[in-house]
Amino acid sequence: MEKIVIIGNGIAGVTAARHIRKLSDKQITIISAETDYFFSRTALMYVYMGHMKFENIKPYEDGFWKKNRIDLIQDYVTHVDHQNQKLKLKKGPDVTYDKLILATGSKPNKFGWPGQDLQGVQGLVSKQDLDALEENAPNNTVCKHAVVVGGGLIGIELCEMLRSRDIPVTFLVREKSFWNGVLPDGESEMLNEHILEHHIDLRLGTNLDEILPDENGRVRAVTIKETGEEIACNLVGLTAGVTPNIDFLKDSGIALGRGVKVNRFLETNVENVYAIGDCAEQHEAIGNRRPIEAVWYTGRMMGETVAQTICGNRREYKPGHWFNSAKFLDIEYQTYGWVFSSRHRKGYEAHFHWRHATEKICLTVAYHKESGKFLGINTFGIRMRHEVFDRWLTEERHADYVMEHLKDANFDPEFYKRYESEILTQYNAELNKAIRPRKKSWKRILSPKA
Amino acid sequence: MSTYNRSMALTGEPPKALNFHQKLATLLGISGLAILCLAAFNVDFANKTLWLAISLMALFGGITWFTIAAYAHKPKGIKNDGVMFKSISSRGFWGWVAGVALTAFYIVLYFYPQYLGLAKEGDNTGVIALFDPLSKLLSGNPASQWFVYGTLYTVAILAFGIKFIWKYRHNNYEKIRTVSVMFFQTSFAFLIPEFMARLNSDTFSLPYYDLKNIWPLNYYNFERYRVNSLIDAGDIGLALLIFGILSIFVITPILTYKYGKRWYCSWVCGCGGLAETAGDSFRQLSDKSLFAWKVERWVVHSVVVFVTLMTTAVIYSFLGNDTSKYWLTKTSFLIGVAVILTAVFAWVMIYKREQLQRDAKYGAIGYFVVIMALIAFHFFSGEGNVFLFKAETLRKTYAFLIGSIFSGVIGTGFYPIFGNRVWCRFGCPMAAILGFQQRLFSKFRITTNGGQCISCGNCSTYCEMGIDVRAYAQKGENIVRSSCVGCGICSAVCPRGVLKLENGPLEGRIDSKDVLLGNDVDLMKLVNQK
Ligand SMILES: Cc1cc2nc3c(=O)[nH]c(=O)nc-3n(C[C@H](O)[C@H](O)[C@H](O)COP(=O)(O)OP(=O)(O)OC[C@H]3O[C@@H](n4cnc5c(N)ncnc54)[C@H](O)[C@@H]3O)c2cc1C
Ligand code: SF4
Ligand code: SF4
Repeated sequence: MEKIVIIGNGIAGVTAARHIRKLSDKQITIISAETDYFFSRTALMYVYMGHMKFENIKPYEDGFWKKNRIDLIQDYVTHVDHQNQKLKLKKGPDVTYDKLILATGSKPNKFGWPGQDLQGVQGLVSKQDLDALEENAPNNTVCKHAVVVGGGLIGIELCEMLRSRDIPVTFLVREKSFWNGVLPDGESEMLNEHILEHHIDLRLGTNLDEILPDENGRVRAVTIKETGEEIACNLVGLTAGVTPNIDFLKDSGIALGRGVKVNRFLETNVENVYAIGDCAEQHEAIGNRRPIEAVWYTGRMMGETVAQTICGNRREYKPGHWFNSAKFLDIEYQTYGWVFSSRHRKGYEAHFHWRHATEKICLTVAYHKESGKFLGINTFGIRMRHEVFDRWLTEERHADYVMEHLKDANFDPEFYKRYESEILTQYNAELNKAIRPRKKSWKRILSPKA
Repeated sequence: MSTYNRSMALTGEPPKALNFHQKLATLLGISGLAILCLAAFNVDFANKTLWLAISLMALFGGITWFTIAAYAHKPKGIKNDGVMFKSISSRGFWGWVAGVALTAFYIVLYFYPQYLGLAKEGDNTGVIALFDPLSKLLSGNPASQWFVYGTLYTVAILAFGIKFIWKYRHNNYEKIRTVSVMFFQTSFAFLIPEFMARLNSDTFSLPYYDLKNIWPLNYYNFERYRVNSLIDAGDIGLALLIFGILSIFVITPILTYKYGKRWYCSWVCGCGGLAETAGDSFRQLSDKSLFAWKVERWVVHSVVVFVTLMTTAVIYSFLGNDTSKYWLTKTSFLIGVAVILTAVFAWVMIYKREQLQRDAKYGAIGYFVVIMALIAFHFFSGEGNVFLFKAETLRKTYAFLIGSIFSGVIGTGFYPIFGNRVWCRFGCPMAAILGFQQRLFSKFRITTNGGQCISCGNCSTYCEMGIDVRAYAQKGENIVRSSCVGCGICSAVCPRGVLKLENGPLEGRIDSKDVLLGNDVDLMKLVNQK
């Protein structure tokens, strides 16, 4: 029987394993160093905040793996010998494979800051990081002040976590406005306000210079490049992005760039070796996507695709329309299609932006300047229906059509206040149109073609 | 080596401590309870009206104050910080203390009301006497243990209802739903029955009737003394009796078809009302394992069978063989029951079989048991008894096992141990019947938003009914589960906006929209075919 070995039990590796099992009877082994069982990395924050126990963030009961005949080995792979189709492990005996899937995920970026390896300096990616945080910052007497470096999604999550234990946090963000490399200005500004509302000391346009030790080799303070200011702290969170976890592959003969190089079939340069999830790097970016996409959803999609290929239906990775979501403290964010920040905005891309007068709610619709074609939407504080936007993008709808039928797309809970008319009034005024909102129609929502 | 002291981390204090105001508020609430306890130990309060008012106000005020201290200074949003660290909400020391205290209270209430001061002859004493003034004000009668319980129950729903509304003040669904349970408890369950008692005189008498309590939840509704007294009460009584029957066979199915069982379980019902308000801090304790789900289905459906047989037996036992007193006779009644059950069973098996899948077998077993029992009734029963037992014995057994032990002692007493919906999930026959309909014939579903789920587990953790919501959401599948009471909390706590409770067309209610997991159609078609 063919033996499939997967390195990494994250969403990518586990999805691949589940789908291979669904499609075949092959022998499946997952080797992973971090934990015995798959857990949801995206939910690590909730464990520290006490919303859930670690038990709760494991999507499958422990018996699931045995029942589905997926063997688990907790060990670290030190070397891949693809000539002999063999893996060397740190503790256990060698493991052979017929097909190998690399799903090794990412690790936090470190940019060579002085003091970056001191005690009390850490990232937030792994279960070990979570445990370390519980030691470094159990409460606000042990950790009197924390500094978080890097204004991305993980950075803001770490700030929220620390604030849940009333630990004062200084948040160093290199950009002039939070996450404005990704978000349009209006949205980014609203988030700046919200961050301050949560009593986080947000420092925009500020770079870390140095991390200073005390006599025991623990972090004592950081200094800031622009002003030379010294901020005393007991914890430094490094959250300036992630890089693929591929160091152990350096001399393996598998082609590497920043990640493991793969083609559209997720195949590496070596036969019978595939790479998926955070660690995979496309030779060429797909559409507007980046060559490495370190997000949950793409890991899951790649896992499904590679399972097809391995089970005899060789498939290209076709991720469909871009979507994503996140939560910034109390504000939920969803996006469908492409809405670019002012730094990355395409020449043809125009934006319509609406923001609620008092609440932290807003949305941005991107459309083509000439044709008026709808390109994408960002919403903050309003939930939207994935299905509907996916269809509108496929059908290449006009922005006017989207605005007219916005009620079809609303996904907020029942009885929530609705803003379509307000949004449309502004849209009409700004673009000199006279569109009237249409009533929600189940028929349109559910029919595959409108 | 690190000189860092590890033990400091272990004794570290995550956000679980109460702030100053919360402590004072707790003290105030406890002083309200203390007055009741003192009264229970026969401390004689001279001015009962005053002390009762002080006690209830202290309880109410303490909880409200606690609420404000907990939420007012925080921005609106999900408030689950530290839930798993606090001993009361994570089966810690205080959780067990609360569980034991509540259980003890229920045991005394159901089985030893004399310790609360209930007097068979003469005046009440103890804590029940403390409630006499209020009871006399409302119904004109002295208090009973049930009046004491009803009052405290209502105060709990109102005060914790306010807490719940503050906690979810960003969420209109939760706010409106909670106002609804507060209203139904105060009016239908508490005030109206008391006022109805006022109408009673020597010549006119209505039984205690909480109009929103529908059979089989109020398993006693069709007992002889109630039916007689309703019939004897003339038009009003007859109207009530007809309303009772209509609510089972007409009102309930229509509302459940349109809105799912949530219209009752989390908008109207008193048990649900207490669970959603006072029990809200314990929702995360419900067991999510597949094993628990299995137990749930066996137990709750057995209760349905039990209550159906018991009620049939009770009615059967007081019907006659001719139409002189009741229009229905023993035989025609049995045939009627059998016909209704057969019609339902046939309809399900013919039209909904594929939706039931494995459960169809259990349904068939249940049906078979009931029909056999009905036949047995006919052949082996004499006057006043059914089969080998007296119908009354059957009813008493049900009242003891299900009505008292399950719904009270375990159902509420064990809130801090098994979660706040143990009764609704494992024991309530009403919930089971509504759930059966919700699963097969209702517009209600929880829609999963395409591929947005990140498998974080908040939804499953906070589902009070122990539904593993994530298992569906991460597959892009809608959630159509008979046990879902539509509390909406899974949707509220989801950080990615994945879940929406809604009523929509029956077609496509369950289908998973795999396409939206993000891959292009052809691939997903392939996956689905397998
Ligand atoms: C705090 C945080 C929050 C996030 N939130 C979101 C979010 O909200 N939405 C979103 O889309 N994405 C989010 N992400 C990103 C998302 O979690 C990742 O994209 C996803 O988990 C990647 O999955 P993966 O399977 O590729 O790798 P991983 O989940 O990283 O799994 C790889 C596993 O392989 C193991 N491994 C690596 N090398 C070896 C080796 N040599 N031998 C043995 N084992 C090895 C690692 O220990 C690890 O357990 C978040 C990430 C973090 C850290
Ligand atoms: S599935 Fe959601 S709505 Fe239904 S009971 Fe559970 S938490 Fe409530
Ligand atoms: S809470 Fe939302 S994102 Fe998390 S598992 Fe449930 S549906 Fe998925």
